[in-house]
Amino acid sequence: MPENINSEGYDIPPEMQQTVAITTLDKIYNWGRKYSAWPMMFGLACCAIEMICTAASRFDLSRFGMEIMRPSPRQADVMLVSGTVTKKMVPQIVRLYNQMPEPKYVVAMGACASGGGPFKGGYNVVSGVDKFLPVDVYIPGCPPTPQALLHGLMKLQEMIDKQSIKNVRWYKREPIEEIPIPILGPDLIDPRDLPQIRSNLHAEKNLGIKEN
Amino acid sequence: MATKSFSIDEVKENFQEINIEEDERKGYSGLIVETDKLVDFANILKNKMGFDYLSSVTGVDYLPDNMMEVVYHAYKSTGGKPMEFKVQVPREKPVVPSLVSVYPGAGFQEREAWDLLGIKFDGHPNLKRILMWEGFAGHPLRKDWHEAYYEEDAKPYKSRWPNGRDVHLAEDRNPYKKNVVYPKDFDPDKWNPEGEDALYLGMKSLQKDDDLKTEQIIVNLGPQHPSTHGVFRMVVNLEGETVKKLEPVMGYLHRNHEKIGERNTYLMNIPYTDRLDYLSSMSNNFGYVLAVEKLMGEKAKPTERAEYIRVIMAEFTRISNHLFAIGTFLNDLGAYFTPMLYALEERELIMDIFEATAGSRIMCNYFRFGGVARDLPPGVYEKMRDLVFDRLPRKIDELDKYLTNNELVRVRSEGIGVLTPEEAIAFSAAGPVLRASGVPYDVRRAEPYGIYNRFDFKVVARNHGDVYDRYLVRLEEIRQSILIIQQALDQMPDGPIINGKPQYQVRVPAGEAYGRVEGPKGELGFYIVSNGKPNPWRYHVRAPSFINLTALSKMCEGDKVADTIIILGSIDIVLGETDR
Amino acid sequence: MYGKGIVKGLGITLKRLIETYIDDIKWGKKRYNTDEGIAHRMSKDARGIFTVQYPEEKIPVPEEFRFIPFLIYEVDENGEKIERCTSCGICAKVCPSQCIWIERTKDPKTGRPVPVPAEFYIDIDMCLNCGLCAEYCPFDAIKMDHDYELASYERTIYNKEKLLKPVSYYASIRPRNYEREEKARAKAAAIKNARKKQNIR
Ligand code: SF4
Ligand code: SF4
Ligand code: SF4
Repeated sequence: MPENINSEGYDIPPEMQQTVAITTLDKIYNWGRKYSAWPMMFGLACCAIEMICTAASRFDLSRFGMEIMRPSPRQADVMLVSGTVTKKMVPQIVRLYNQMPEPKYVVAMGACASGGGPFKGGYNVVSGVDKFLPVDVYIPGCPPTPQALLHGLMKLQEMIDKQSIKNVRWYKREPIEEIPIPILGPDLIDPRDLPQIRSNLHAEKNLGIKEN
Repeated sequence: MATKSFSIDEVKENFQEINIEEDERKGYSGLIVETDKLVDFANILKNKMGFDYLSSVTGVDYLPDNMMEVVYHAYKSTGGKPMEFKVQVPREKPVVPSLVSVYPGAGFQEREAWDLLGIKFDGHPNLKRILMWEGFAGHPLRKDWHEAYYEEDAKPYKSRWPNGRDVHLAEDRNPYKKNVVYPKDFDPDKWNPEGEDALYLGMKSLQKDDDLKTEQIIVNLGPQHPSTHGVFRMVVNLEGETVKKLEPVMGYLHRNHEKIGERNTYLMNIPYTDRLDYLSSMSNNFGYVLAVEKLMGEKAKPTERAEYIRVIMAEFTRISNHLFAIGTFLNDLGAYFTPMLYALEERELIMDIFEATAGSRIMCNYFRFGGVARDLPPGVYEKMRDLVFDRLPRKIDELDKYLTNNELVRVRSEGIGVLTPEEAIAFSAAGPVLRASGVPYDVRRAEPYGIYNRFDFKVVARNHGDVYDRYLVRLEEIRQSILIIQQALDQMPDGPIINGKPQYQVRVPAGEAYGRVEGPKGELGFYIVSNGKPNPWRYHVRAPSFINLTALSKMCEGDKVADTIIILGSIDIVLGETDR
Repeated sequence: MYGKGIVKGLGITLKRLIETYIDDIKWGKKRYNTDEGIAHRMSKDARGIFTVQYPEEKIPVPEEFRFIPFLIYEVDENGEKIERCTSCGICAKVCPSQCIWIERTKDPKTGRPVPVPAEFYIDIDMCLNCGLCAEYCPFDAIKMDHDYELASYERTIYNKEKLLKPVSYYASIRPRNYEREEKARAKAAAIKNARKKQNIR
């Protein structure tokens, strides 16, 4: 077997695909994960109502192995961000995300979670959860109908299917960094922005002195 | 307009020593009361004149006049027109005496006015921010306060057309790309978050020194908790299992509805109202268009057919909302999801009707000024008939049969979370919560709007005021709604569905209006101030879910901690409306 | 007696299970994966199983259903696309969340505006799916789509290319609206022609 097979980006020739152990393992691994991705039970806004409808009789989320919505982040695999992410709420959302065990996925359901939605201009609204968390699937719509949500979740399953044990982040040697929890200041403060905030404010002050 | 039924002299007779004037601005009504004498005024109003129900309190920032105004709407719990009164204070020093001692229901609303407008209420027992967090810079609803993505005072924005190339405009203009701005004198290194500690300390200090020392536990429920119906949080002080004190914390879904609403044109607000109480968007539409139609006068009078469609849709909304409420209530009792599945099934069928008519399952955006957006498509009328004449009555009876006398339901909910009629009125509770306490107050009867006076229906009320009665009131209200729809379907005439041509720029004369409807959760009111421009100067929502929560602590104190969940469930809040 | 309620509750579930099988036998093959079967499960007589098994079965979307807006183009005899939109900007003005950005085309020589949009963006992650743009567009150029299967791995802003769809598509998803509008358009065109003729005379 050639040396570089374990390196990333190595294309396995089609005729070999079935024989290579790792792909078969991947298949089993992903098959298992794909049909047992438990969402976290947590609704933010209007989209949560459609999420509940999706779990109810007509659309029946359990057909996808997702019927058990876990209120505890420790037992959940998928974070369905279903609704408007507000500044007051985002520290909790980040905390919840940090508490979820790997592998974990984030689905941004609806316009609000994807890009701020209709309330984007508001002073208490975060323009999309992707400003803080890595989002895997975006589902547009306001609200996405239950079927649109199901479609999004199938997209997520497709994505899980394409992952490989070799290069997923949770088997890497280096530890996965936690996302710093935003602070509620005079406005929302993302700790990652602190250096920039300092320098911007500094510049502004200097500018003010010069003007005076 | 609204106080026409009382002549000013008649009113004045009751207030010998207090200086009151009639509001004489064009399009305005009500009384202007001397600020210092407000509490005396309210006392007389309540005790002598019988206006015992304070429905709405809100502030208006009149920037050009350099004045803040606080507007109160009081009603008699026996029905009738409102008494609207106002106090005016200078903008630099907005201090108003608090009315909590007279009307405890003002508590949360005054806190909201403090939070968003910076009006101080003297004598308020707990004047903290309620929707934003403690430490937030500024009072956002003030007209000179600008948010981070501020572009212009009013929509439509000029950047969109004819040179709309800057697609990401909002983000790009903001240095952090995150919808934030910081005050100039802000130093991130010295920042010390307040609020949380103060909250817990307030809960701790409950114990008196000479009490027997028992262990106090403070438990946080929410904002992410499976039973809080969204992002609601309760901080509970427990002694053993018994709740000593409970403080609701909200604002986790505060989406700045009112600030955005004041930037929007009148038409643009309709789809936004859908997102208030997202379980009953049709009712929200109804309340809003009613308020604007009041301002617009005759030329926006809805056509006959539209009136019927409106009532039908509003009542279907009530049914679907109550089904959801009953489902979640059973959930809270511990029947994990199963009864909910049955309730949601019927709701799904109603959603089909909404989707076919209005185009969306829950965000209907169906009402227009002077009518509705489109006529019923073929087949929908028959579907409605099928539902209200056949399926729904059958299914509601089934629910009734299995739930009402279920001994677990009864044991868990009877005698829990009791609210006496006096308390219910004092706390400005509305809707099923008020009626379960034995006050048969329903806006559809007390001050009929639309064409509700043409229908024969009962105002459902019960008199224990506990969780079980609230459930029964909802169940019975579904039946009454079915009756109303049956009558409306039979009487519905043909004809146009909107008065005049549909227009996107409506002319709203200057003035103020308070439109209210009986939403599924209670009295839903919209207070609108127009200055003749295409967008409202002030747009305030009297949200029943929000105000009903004022009574939550009262209901929970002394009950077990497990019961707080069902008590909260029985109020039936929706966070979109609570926090707006 | 305690526990009676629970037994009763289990009874309901059992009844439902049995009803499902009775209907399965009664309906045979027609019960699943057919329009008839789906319609039955959405009707007042539905009993037993209520689930519509997406993605194999899909709930039919009603004509008025609205999701994301799209722009309409017509195809002329030469197979050229003709956009209906005149970049008048009304949709951008009524849009409640202000998520439409339009750039007007200018004639390179005269600098006068030409009634075709140079670019047309909709940020679908700000759109409320409210349909006001479609309701108030005077040229029937923007309409609400039925396609809801739009989930993607990236946040996107739709541009003109992505928004344009042929008028035949529109006629297929909203036949009744299309018919009504075509009638109105024909009438308007007739009036306009008549006026032109008069003017010429
Ligand atoms: S995307 Fe629309 S439906 Fe979903 S939470 Fe936001 S406003 Fe509500
Ligand atoms: S889509 Fe319609 S309303 Fe919008 S610019 Fe084009 S023609 Fe005008
Ligand atoms: S549907 Fe509504 S929000 Fe979306 S583009 Fe059209 S007008 Fe704007």
